[in-house]
Amino acid sequence: MTSTQPLASLRKSSLPGPDDIIRRELENGITLLIRPNFNTLSVTVSGYLMAGSLYEPLPKMGLANFVSSTLMRGTKDHSFQEIYNRLESIGASLSFSGGTHTAGFSGKSLGADLDLLIETIGETLRRPTFPGDHVERVRSQLLTSLDLRAQNTSEMASLAFDEIVYKGHPYQYPEDGTPETASTITRDDLIGFHREHYGPREMVIAVAGAVEPDRALKTISRSLGDWHNPDQPAVQTVPPAPALEKTQRRHYTIPDKSQTDIVLGVAGPSRLSPDFYAAKIGNSVLGQFGMMGWIGEAVRNKAGLAYYAYSSVSSSMGPGPWTVSAGVDPDHTEQAIQLIKQEIKRFLDQPVPEEEFADSQSSYIGKLPLALESNAGVAGSLLNIERYQLGLDYFHRYEEMIREVTPQDAFRVANAYLDLQRLGIATAGP
Amino acid sequence: MTVMLKEIHTAPLVSHWVWYRVGSRDEIPGKTGVSHWVEHMLFKGTPRFPAEELERNISRTGGIWNALTYLDWTTYFETMPVDKIDLALELEADRMTNSSFDPQEVARERTVVISERKGRENSPGFQLKEALRAAAFRVHPYHHEIIGDMADLKTMQRADLYEHYQTYYRPNNALVAVAGDFQTDSMLERIKELYGDLSPGEEIPRRARPEPAQKGEHRLNVEGPGDTTIVEVAYHTPPASDPDFFPLLIMDSLLSGPRGLNLFGGGGVSNKTSRLYRSMVEEEEVAIDIHGGLPATIDPFLYSLHFIAHPQTSVNEALAVLDEEISRMQESPPAREELQRAMKQAQALFAYGSESITNQAFWLGFAEMFAEYEWVRSYVERLADVAPEDVQRVAMKYLQPQNRIIGTYLPQRNGR
Repeated sequence: MTSTQPLASLRKSSLPGPDDIIRRELENGITLLIRPNFNTLSVTVSGYLMAGSLYEPLPKMGLANFVSSTLMRGTKDHSFQEIYNRLESIGASLSFSGGTHTAGFSGKSLGADLDLLIETIGETLRRPTFPGDHVERVRSQLLTSLDLRAQNTSEMASLAFDEIVYKGHPYQYPEDGTPETASTITRDDLIGFHREHYGPREMVIAVAGAVEPDRALKTISRSLGDWHNPDQPAVQTVPPAPALEKTQRRHYTIPDKSQTDIVLGVAGPSRLSPDFYAAKIGNSVLGQFGMMGWIGEAVRNKAGLAYYAYSSVSSSMGPGPWTVSAGVDPDHTEQAIQLIKQEIKRFLDQPVPEEEFADSQSSYIGKLPLALESNAGVAGSLLNIERYQLGLDYFHRYEEMIREVTPQDAFRVANAYLDLQRLGIATAGP
Repeated sequence: MTVMLKEIHTAPLVSHWVWYRVGSRDEIPGKTGVSHWVEHMLFKGTPRFPAEELERNISRTGGIWNALTYLDWTTYFETMPVDKIDLALELEADRMTNSSFDPQEVARERTVVISERKGRENSPGFQLKEALRAAAFRVHPYHHEIIGDMADLKTMQRADLYEHYQTYYRPNNALVAVAGDFQTDSMLERIKELYGDLSPGEEIPRRARPEPAQKGEHRLNVEGPGDTTIVEVAYHTPPASDPDFFPLLIMDSLLSGPRGLNLFGGGGVSNKTSRLYRSMVEEEEVAIDIHGGLPATIDPFLYSLHFIAHPQTSVNEALAVLDEEISRMQESPPAREELQRAMKQAQALFAYGSESITNQAFWLGFAEMFAEYEWVRSYVERLADVAPEDVQRVAMKYLQPQNRIIGTYLPQRNGR
C-alpha cells in the first residue's frame, strides 16, 4: 500500500498524437485541428477567436460577453427560431461564451449532422443581425444572471478577490460586466464590436469524433474559408499582475446568507510560464489530491469546518489566480482562514515529501485517459495544444514532462508566487 | 446480490459501481439525512483500508471516485485505469460491511454535513424546492430533502448511523455494475471471490407510506434575499415503472425540452424551441428561462416546471401563459413530427452519453434501482412507441390544478 513505484503509465498508442491529429491552416488565418474517433457516433466542434473582454472599453464592461450571447439570436440567413429549430430537431447543440481573452464556442451533433452544425457556426459568427427585440431579451437574461450572481457567495468572493489582486490589471473586471454597464450597452455597440473584432485571424477550430478529416476540412472551408476582416486589431496581451505590498482583505456583505465563502491567494503563473507544471503538481499536494489535499485534510477532515476547501491554479494566457476556496459557517471564517494559512506556510517552508509529490504526479498522468475519453474532452485539449503551442505530440510527451518536475521545482515556484504577507483574502456572506 | 457487467474496449478504463437500495425514501422523522451521512462515513475507512490510505491509493492512479445519495438509492463508484481497478473492487467489498464509523469521525462529519446543508441553504432554489417537497408529501418520506433536516443533523448519533448501515448495506440489498476494458469471465469470478462469503442480511425493512391523493391545488411562498422571483410548479406523477411514464417523458420533452439520462458529461440539447420556452420566454416574455424535470423513482413523485419570472411581469401572468400551453397539450394531440423530433433528440443524447464509460456503467445499475436494466436498454424504443394520443391523455390525467403545488420564491428586493 505504500509503494513509491510509478503507478500510472500511459498507453501512448491510445492517446491523440501526430499520427491521428490533422492540423491545417486556412489561407485566411484559421487553424484547424481534427481528430477522428469512430468509436463514438457523435462529433464535437469547439473553437475560439480573439474577441474576449480584453477588447472592450471599460464603460462597456460585459460587451464582448453580450455579443457572444446574442450571436445565435438571428442571422442574415435564419431567424432565432429557425436556427434553434434546425439544431434542436436533430438533437444538436451549439453555444457561445465570452471569456477574457477569447470568445469561444462549442457544438455537438451526431456525426452525420456535422455539416449543419458547421454551417450554423459559420453563419452565426459571420452574419449575425442582432435583432433589436432579441437584444432586449438577452439583456433581461444577462441582468437576471447578474442579480443571481450578486446573491452567490462563491461568485462574489471571487469577484472581490479579483478586485484586490488584479487592481489596475485587465483581470480585475468580470467578463459579464455589471448591472450598470449591461443596462447601457446598445445594439450599435454589439454590431460595432462584432464588426471590429470577429474575424478569422488567430481563430482556432477543433473537431473530434465520428467524422472523416477530409469531410470536416471541406465543410469548414466552405463555411469559413472565404471569411476576411481587415479591421481585426492585433492580438492583445496582458501585463504581469501587480504586486501587493501587504495582505489585503475585503468582505462583500450579502444579508441573510447561511454560509460565507472564502477566496484567498495570489496571481499565479501563466499557462505559458515554465513554472506552470511545477505550480500545478505542487498545488495538487496543497489542495487537490485525494480529498482536496492538505487544505481539505486540515479544514474538512480534521476540523470539520467545511464541505469544500481546496486550492486551484487557473492559468491561461496571463497570470491567472492561484487560490484556496472554502465555504464555511460565518462564525468559523477566521478559524478557517488561519488553518488555510497554516497549510500554505507548511507548503512554503520546505519541499513537499517526495512520496506525496510522486502520488500527485501519478494522479496527473493517470487522469489523462479520462480527460480524453469524450469528444468534448479531446476537442478542448486540441484547442489548448494550439493556444499554448504545446505540439501535436504533447500527450505522448506528457508523462515524461510531469515526471521531470521535482519537489524542489515546486518548492521554488510556490515561493516565487505565494507569500503569506501579500495575500488577497476575499470573503462574501452575511 | 445482482451483478451487471458490460465489456467496452475503447479505452483502457473500467468504471465500477456498487448500488444500495436505500435513500431518503427509507428515512423517518428524527433520522432524515441518515442515508447521506452514512454515505459520507463510508469514506472514513475500514480497519483494512484506513481513510488516508484509501484516498491515496485511488487518487494516485488518476481515477475518479465518489458517491451519490438519492431518494431511492445510494451508489459508490470508481473509474480507473484497467490495471488498477482491482483496488476499487476490494475496497467496495470491504466497506460494504467493515466501515469503522469511528465516533470522532462521526462528530467531525456532523459539522461537515451541516456545512454542506448551509451551503445549499444559500441558494433560493434549494429553499423553494425544500418547501415545495414538504407541501407535496405529507405522508411519504419523499417529503424531506436528501441532505436531511437541520434538527436531525444536530441530534442523530453514531448508533443511528451504524444501525442504518447494518440494515441496508448487505449483499442482498446491493448491485455491482462494471463497464469497461475487462473480460467478463474473470471479472465475474473476482466479484464472486470478494462477495461470495458475505452473508445476506435480514429482510430489508421498507418504511415508505403511500401518499394519499392531493385534493386541491397548494400554493406556497418562500421569502428571502435577492432580486429574482423563482417559481416551481410541480404535479404528482406516477413511478418510473408505470406505463404512463414514457408518455410523460415525451410530454415533458415537448413542453420544456429534451433531457437525457446522462449523469457524466455528454452535454445536453437546448430547449429554445420547446413549447413553454417559446411561449413564456420568447412570445409573451413572462419568464427569463424555464426548465422541466421528471425524475425516475420507485414511488409516485413529481413532474416539475421551474422558471425565473421576468422582472416586468407578475407570477400570475406567467402562470396564465404556462396554463395556456398545458391546455393546448390537453386539447389536441401533438403532431407526429413533434414526437419524431423528441425521438431524434433522445437518440442523440444517448449517443453523447455513451462516450463516457462512467455513464455506461451508471446506466447498468441506475434503472435496476426503480425498474430493471431493460428500462434503460429499451428507453429509446419505448419512447418511439408513444402515440400522440398517449401524450394528450397523460397531460389530461396528471396536469390538473388539483394535482399540483405552486411554489414561489419572493425576493425581498435588496439589490437593483
